Parts: sequence; structure tokens; C-alpha cells
Amino acid sequence: MFDALSERLERISDGLRSRGRLTERDLDEALGEVRTALLEADVEFSVVRAFLEAVRTRLAGAALSQSLTPGQQVVKAVHDQLVEILGAAPLKVTYASRPPTVVLLAGLQGAGKTTAAAKLALWFSQQGRQPYLVGADLQRPAAVEQLRVLAAQAGVGVFSEPTDPVEVARRGLEEARRLGRDVVIVDTAGRLSVDAALMDEVRRVSAAVEPHYTFLVIDAATGQDAVVTARAFHEALELTGLVVTKLDYDARGGAVLSARGVVGRPVVFASSGEKLTDFDLFYPERMASRILGMGDVMTLIEQAERAMDAEVVAESAGRMVTGTFTLDDFLAQLAQVRKMGSLGGLMRLMPGVTREMRQAAGNVDEREIDRVEAIVRSMTLAERRNPSIIDGSRRTRIARGSATSVAQVNQLLRQFTEMRKMMRQMGSGGAPALPPGMGKLAAAVKARGSEGLAGLPAGLGAPPARPVPATGTRGKKKKGGRVTPPKQR
Amino acid sequence: MTALYVLVAVVVVALVVVAVVRARRRARPAAPAAPPPLPEVLVAEATAIPALVPEPGLAERLAASRGVFDRVRGLGAGRLDEDQLGLVEEVLLRSDVGLATTTEVLARLRADGAPEGVASAVRDMLLSGFDTERALHEAAESGRVPVWLFVGVNGVGKTTSIAKLAQRLIDEGKSVLLAAGDTFRAAAADQLEAWATRTGSEIVRAAEGADPGSVVHDAIGRAKARGVDIVLADTAGRRPNSANLLDELAKVRRVADREPGQVVETLLVLDATTGQNALSQAREFLAAAAVTGIVLTKLDGTARGGVVVAIERELGIPVKFVGVGEGVRDLVPFDPEAFVDSLLGA
Repeated sequence: MFDALSERLERISDGLRSRGRLTERDLDEALGEVRTALLEADVEFSVVRAFLEAVRTRLAGAALSQSLTPGQQVVKAVHDQLVEILGAAPLKVTYASRPPTVVLLAGLQGAGKTTAAAKLALWFSQQGRQPYLVGADLQRPAAVEQLRVLAAQAGVGVFSEPTDPVEVARRGLEEARRLGRDVVIVDTAGRLSVDAALMDEVRRVSAAVEPHYTFLVIDAATGQDAVVTARAFHEALELTGLVVTKLDYDARGGAVLSARGVVGRPVVFASSGEKLTDFDLFYPERMASRILGMGDVMTLIEQAERAMDAEVVAESAGRMVTGTFTLDDFLAQLAQVRKMGSLGGLMRLMPGVTREMRQAAGNVDEREIDRVEAIVRSMTLAERRNPSIIDGSRRTRIARGSATSVAQVNQLLRQFTEMRKMMRQMGSGGAPALPPGMGKLAAAVKARGSEGLAGLPAGLGAPPARPVPATGTRGKKKKGGRVTPPKQR
Repeated sequence: MTALYVLVAVVVVALVVVAVVRARRRARPAAPAAPPPLPEVLVAEATAIPALVPEPGLAERLAASRGVFDRVRGLGAGRLDEDQLGLVEEVLLRSDVGLATTTEVLARLRADGAPEGVASAVRDMLLSGFDTERALHEAAESGRVPVWLFVGVNGVGKTTSIAKLAQRLIDEGKSVLLAAGDTFRAAAADQLEAWATRTGSEIVRAAEGADPGSVVHDAIGRAKARGVDIVLADTAGRRPNSANLLDELAKVRRVADREPGQVVETLLVLDATTGQNALSQAREFLAAAAVTGIVLTKLDGTARGGVVVAIERELGIPVKFVGVGEGVRDLVPFDPEAFVDSLLGA
């Protein structure tokens, strides 16, 4: 459904290539596409307008670069502007000289506050702190129980009592002082910004504990309402930053930009999964690429690492480059890829994938993949290792065994041979035989891999590298985001 | 089998990704020891919270956006100029209706004008999308127990919606049994149990991490034995882009639909604050669990939930209930006219 912005711009910019400068009219047309992309990503209406003005200023009169098509130049300007807004004035988490440092979490119902509280507690303990959780959500049944269970998993203590939220927060802070904890995280009940009584209550909770940090927890899939909500909470509580949750969904996350725009405070943390460890500092680069639908290579890599069995993959990856990839390997790969989720979902994460391919992937019937699997499974081991021995009678047998036709078996074999040829070429340097989009991806991955570059779609040339701050004190070097798999920890 | 080409492409890409990651990892130990990373967290006095600094100009813009539709309402009949169309566009986009529907409405306004006024023209166009049959199914074949299955992503209000609907059914004089099929989220069953006590329904629950299918199965068995009128089955919130989680849901649905149970409604719970992603949620859940209706929650906030217009137009899933408050009776049947009016009041 979503076309990548870059692709659309490519389409309209074909006619512009020869001109030296973007004219007003070109720019209007290009920015119209940008607008569509932003609105489809749920960026708020007036934020979009402000954003487009900024991009226009950036591009107005700018000489066209030699290496970029006009379309690419626009994408680059948009991307840079996004990163600038999302990454401007990053918040350094500092600690109060007289502990404890108090963190207050607020937000709408269902944004993920309780989970974020536990994840934040775990993050602080990984930083060598001694966090303490205060469960001041007495509204939702069993919210405190949920916090207790999660806190136990994180190995962090919890304070709560069935009195009233302000009292709980105050007493929780006292308890933390008594226990000598140096970070206190207060989880509050979800509330609608129009609920005056509850907004007043959270204000009183805040007054009682005088937080050093007040974070608004916001769901990445939020629509236009993000602005209204963020504003209301900001007016009530003076937010210090945002925590964005559910980044593992396929939502584009334009809400992050909206909220950032209206609150003027940075996004500090991002939560991206159901496990307590799926929580980290926020990376503007990734978010920018995501909002633009330019694919998210880092997420793809992470998903691959999470779902794939490294041993199996490594083994066949080796054989892939040497050109001795077998149908057995193919079968193993297939199982690995299917573990990562739907093909359509994966395609969305890949940069440089054309709309046709994405649609094709979305339309792929899982049963067709089952059929492919069945064909390969109907072959003997010898046949899988050396498909050239498959003669007419073997074909008939395989077709019968897999409930397909000889034609289908033939097709699979033919495509497999082509694929193998493609791989061999890739192995011997470059990626010439890949479909253009795939080549771009390979290049993007390589660029990232070797230099940890920013996530612009490949073919955009090398943007100035924006070093992502090394994270944490867990003693490993990180470049361009988290790439070290959990297994190595 | 175009599928195969795509598949091959994906496999290749996955391999490239992994190969590069691996190569890099192998290269890492050989690299000279990097200087210790700067501590991300500086131990220092937490600085005073700076003054509020929203993006300049945005506040005025937002203020100006209110009452946009009042201006539209004031527009007369006949042809519209671009400024007027712009206003209509703003109203529609702000209510999360989405670009596709908005573009369509604008195209029709452009072509036909608005002989009876802009407001009523837009209203009619949006209402025409809500023509799906939205009757509720409460009865199963004789001898089987009707089941309402609740599905959705995390945090949309599935458990709370079940509680409210249980209250509604009890008010109608029915007996209700709740199945705590969310065995994943910490304390989800506790939350449902608290509601069961409050509403006076029965509940079947199992330990955390238990198989949700077996919970639902037990619940149906118990309902059958006790002659309960209807089973409301909770499920764990799940993201819509994970094949495994959707498979699990499909399995729960199959179990619930087996004798003596019969799934008569599969209700997708949607949060009104959700933007265009709701469309992809609806699409995935429709495929995995044959969704028959939508429960739109949190309409009492500032969000309009306009994305259900797109969902009903594109996927034909009718909205059946809307949540308009925190109270246990604040879940009411969907009324398209009232909904469209509130959309346009943005």
C-alpha cells in the first residue's frame, strides 16, 4: 500500500535530470509527494505543513549535486530535516546530586506505561543504578500486579499500596530513600487528556515527587491525535521527553514526529518488543528512514538475528558465495526466513524494493511457499545436493510426491539454477545480477556494515556519517545501532 | 509461481544481510581495541527543566485548526474553490480518515460540487461508506455455545471491552462466562478476574504461559455444562506483523469454533487514537481470525477514530460498538450518523 517516498520521487524526477536546478514547479511537485508520504505515515497535519516549509527552505536555490538525481536530492533533504528534528538536542540522562533521581511516566491508556516502567528500570540497573518502581496506577484492575510481575523479571523492587495515587507516589519515594535506591520510576494510570480530574491528579502526583524527568509514553501507531495529547500532557506536566513504544509494529510512526514537533522535547527511549530487554535509547536515523518508508535495514538485521539460527545461516551463506548452494540449503533458508514473519512485512523493511515487488510479496500465498517446500522435500538427498541428476522419471516422481505437476517442478529447478548463478556472481564481487532494488540493498548493507553509515537508501551517495553515540556500559562497541546479537552477550 | 521469484529474492537478501553481519563480526576482534566508549550517562546534577519550547508557529496553527469545519459548514452550495477544498481536506485528514478516502471525497466535490452545501455533501459521502450489515450475532446453532472472540494489538482495551460487553449482556438477562485467553501479559487474567467479580460473570483462567487454546476450550466445556448463554474469550495482544503470533490466534479461533463451541463474532478491538496502521491491523487480523466486527475504544478522548471509515470501505468490516467512557456501561452500539457528525466536528 505504501510506496517508498524515494521511489515516487524517482518517478516524477525522471524529467528533471538534465536541469541544473530545481525549479519552483519541480519543487512543488516533489514536496507534494513528500506531503503524501508524511500524511500516510500519520504525521500530524500542521506538523507536515511546518515540515514542508523547512524542507523548501533547505532546497530553495540549492545547486543540484552531480551524483544525485533531483528526486534523490529531495529525499536527502527530507531525511536530513527529519534527522535534525528527531535528533536535535538529545537528552543526556543525568542523575540528581542528591539521589534519588525521580522519573515520572504518564500517557494515555494502553500506550505501554507499565511495561515501559519495568523496561526503564531494567535499563537503569544495566547502567549500574539501583532503581525502584512505584506503582501509582490504581485505576486499571491488576495494573500493580502486572508491574510486580514485570519488576520481578527485571529484579527490581516495587512499592504500591491501595490508597490514592498521590499518597502512593509520596510514600514510594520515602521508601526508596530509606532503601537507598538512587532512581525512582513512578508509573501512573493511563488517562485521557480531556479528563480534567485525572489530569489534575497526575499534576498532584508530580508535585508530590518533584520528578527530575517526566516522560510521555506514546504509542508509535498513534494517529493525528498525537499532537493534541502531547500538548495537553506538556501543558499539565512540563515534559522532559518522550518514550515511544511498540516500534516493533509495522506502523510508520509519524506520531513521533508530531509529538516531537509540538512538545519541543526529544524522544529519549524507544521500546520495540515484548521482552524487557527490547528497550534502548532512541535512534533518530532509524526513525527517519521508517517514517519515509525507506526501509529499515537495522530492524531487518535485528529481526534476522532474533529469528534466524546463526549456525544454519552461516553455513549456507558460506556455500552461497562459493556457488555450491544446494536445495537443502535453500530449504533451510526458507524455514529461517519464514520464522521472521510475513514476506510482505519483510519487504517493507527493505530499502530499494520496488512497489511491484512489495505488492508481489504481499500477494504471495503462503500455500505456494508450502508447495515449493513440498517439491524440495520430495527429492532425495542426492537430488537436492546435485539437481542436475534429476531426469524425466525423477521429475515425474517428485511431482507426484509433492502433489504438483512436472511443469512446476521444472520451474522450480530452473529458478533455482538462476538463483545459484546470481549468487555466484555476487560472491565474485559486486552484485551485478541482482534485480536493481536488491543490488541497492546489498550496497546499503555493505555500506552500513563497513562504515556504519547513516541509513539513506543506497544510491544516494554517502551522506555524512552521523555517529550514533555508543550505548551503555556493557563494554561493547556499537556502530550505527545495535548489531551485536543477544547470543553473544 | 511468481511467488518463487519473490521468495528467492527474500532469501538472497536475508543471506546477504546475515553474511555481511557475520563478516563484520568476524572482523571485529581483529580491529584494534577501540577506546572505551564515552559513558552515555554523565553523573551530574540534573539540569533544571527548560521552559516550554514548542516549535514556533505551531501553537497558532493548532489553535487556528479548531473550528475549521465551522468554516466549512458556512460554505454555501455550488462549486468550491481550492481554498475551500483545502479546508475540507484538513478536516478529514485531521480525523484520521486517511489519504485515500480524503482524496476520493475531494475528487467528488470537485466534480459534482455541493448542491446542498458542503457539510451535507461530505457527510453523505462518508455515511455511504457505512453500509455494511452490522447486526450482532448472539446465537449459535442449537446445542452449541456461542463464543465472542476478542482480538487486537496490545493496549487497545480488549480486556476492558470484554468487561463492558459482559455487563451489557448481563443487563439483557443473559449469563456470561469469560475465558482469560491472554496468558501472555503479566496479570492480564487478574485484570479480567477483577472485572468478572464486578460484573458477576463466571471466569475460566489458567496460569500465565498456559496454552490460550486450552483455556478457551475449557471455558466452552464449562459453559456447555452449566448452560451459560455466551462465552466472551480474551486473547493476548499481538502485533499484526508477526506470522507466528497470527498463527497462534488462528489456532485459538479454530479451537473456539469446534464443537460444542461456535464463534459467532470475532471482534477486533481498535484504539481510536491509532492512525493509518489500524488499516493494516484490520487486514492482518481479518486474514488470521476472520474478524466480523470492530469495537472502537477510547472515543471519549480527543481522537476521532476516522480510520474506521477506511476500514469499512476497504475491507467491509463493520464497526459494532464504540467505547465512549470509562464506566462499565459506556460501550454502546455504533451509530454511523453520530460518528460521522463527531468526525466532522474536529
